[in-house]
Parts: sequence; C-alpha cells; structure tokens
Amino acid sequence: MPEFDVVTLPETDHPESGEVAPDFTCPLVNDEYWEDRSLADVVDGPALLVFHPMDGAFQATYLYNEVDDRGWVTDLDVLGLSISTPYEHKRLLGERAAGVRIFSDPSAAVAREYGVDHDIDGMTGITECRPAAFLLDGDRTVRYAWVAEEHPEFPDFDELDEAIAELTG
Amino acid sequence: MSQPAITLYRLQACPYCERVVRVLDRLGLSYRSRYVEPMHSERNVVKRISGKRSVPAIVDEGTGVTMSESGNIVDYLERTYGGTANAGTAEGDVGGDA
Repeated sequence: MPEFDVVTLPETDHPESGEVAPDFTCPLVNDEYWEDRSLADVVDGPALLVFHPMDGAFQATYLYNEVDDRGWVTDLDVLGLSISTPYEHKRLLGERAAGVRIFSDPSAAVAREYGVDHDIDGMTGITECRPAAFLLDGDRTVRYAWVAEEHPEFPDFDELDEAIAELTG
Repeated sequence: MSQPAITLYRLQACPYCERVVRVLDRLGLSYRSRYVEPMHSERNVVKRISGKRSVPAIVDEGTGVTMSESGNIVDYLERTYGGTANAGTAEGDVGGDA
C-alpha cells in the first residue's frame, strides 16, 4: 500500500447482479470497421462488458493486456467501452485485444446511464468512464458487477476469471 | 432487432459515399453504415466483400447484389427501387471513388 491516501471515488448507483443491463446504441468498433449497434442486439450469450478510461491511458492498456493474457475472448464475447473515438479504438485493436469489440461513447452518455462517469481533474470538459466490469448472460442479466471505488483501481482479475468460468461452464 | 437489407461500406466525409446516401434517403431505403478507415491498406473487409478496396460499396441482401463505384450503385438503386427507369439522375459517372 502507498504511504498516502489514494483518491476515493464517490458512491455510485450502478447496475447490480440480478438486474438487466441497460440497453444503449453507439458505434461498435472491430478490427475492420465500425457500425451502430445496440447492446441488446450484440449480446446473444455470455458477455463481459468492461468500461475503461480513454484509450492510451495505462489503465486501458493494462486492462487489455490482462484480457489477452487470460484468453477471455475464447470463453465469451468481450465488449469494451470508453469515450475514445472509433479511430482510436481501431488503433488500439491493431495493437492488442484481438477479438474484442469496443463501443465508442464520446459524450459519456452510456457511462452516465451506468453510473460510472468520472470527471477527470485537470482535463476540463472531459467526462470519461471509471473502470467497471459487468458480466452478462445472454438475456443481459448482470451476473457479476464491479465498479472502481478508488482512482486508479483495477478489477480483481482472478475473481473475474472465476466468475467467467462459472458463467460459461 | 431486424437489420436493414442494405449495408453501405463508407468513409467519413467521402463525397462519393454521401452521393449514395442521398439516393438511399430519397428512395426511402433503410441501410446500415459500416465505416472503414481512410487508408486503403486498412480496408480488407471491403476488398473481401466487393473485390476492391474502394468505397462506397454496398451489399444488398434483398437481391444478393454486391457492388462498388458510386455511379454504378446509384444506377442500381434507381433501377431496382426507383420505380421508373433512368429517373432523371443521368449524372454520368467517371469513376474516381475514394
């Protein structure tokens, strides 16, 4: 633990286990193109929906390195979401996160809907996603939910790995 | 959610693509947009479906037609969905899509 107080993020009202993840539509980027897709349309089986800070921030890089190392795309659909543009997502997907698709939410409207929006100190006007992970079944029911309570903070990847194994059998 | 039969592969702010969009809108056709990158080398998906890397390109699952070149696409849309043949859109095409 660091010898100073880390930044604690305020309490948030986010989707919990057992609730249906709110539907939304925005551009979904793969390694070849992007198109408007709704979450309801995309989720047709077990899916991991991860909200993350802007592409390029170390938190996004580390997150996808972990996704890659654990090979989650072979277990279920992995869907990212950040406020970065489709062009930035496409660049990210050229470097890592093979098989992952990422929603582009520049206005942070989806982040607000999910209660995971975060205003960054010193970057006036930029609202982005605080790290969050939602494990969904094919009906979009949340089976595991985690939202960062500190800044910065990563999901417990081992715990998430177990939850994925449990959901996907 | 049912998907439109027509998929348009397009490049942001590409005038040839906008030309096709204008005709789709005028004919009241629903379509989905798939955006690709400016760099030709980044357009494998377009090459795969149409044989070329140029945009616009459309896939019409209603008729089984895949086509590129905006002039050809406009003619095809008018002919297939326009109700009248050669409906006054003889803009003449000289290729040159993006």
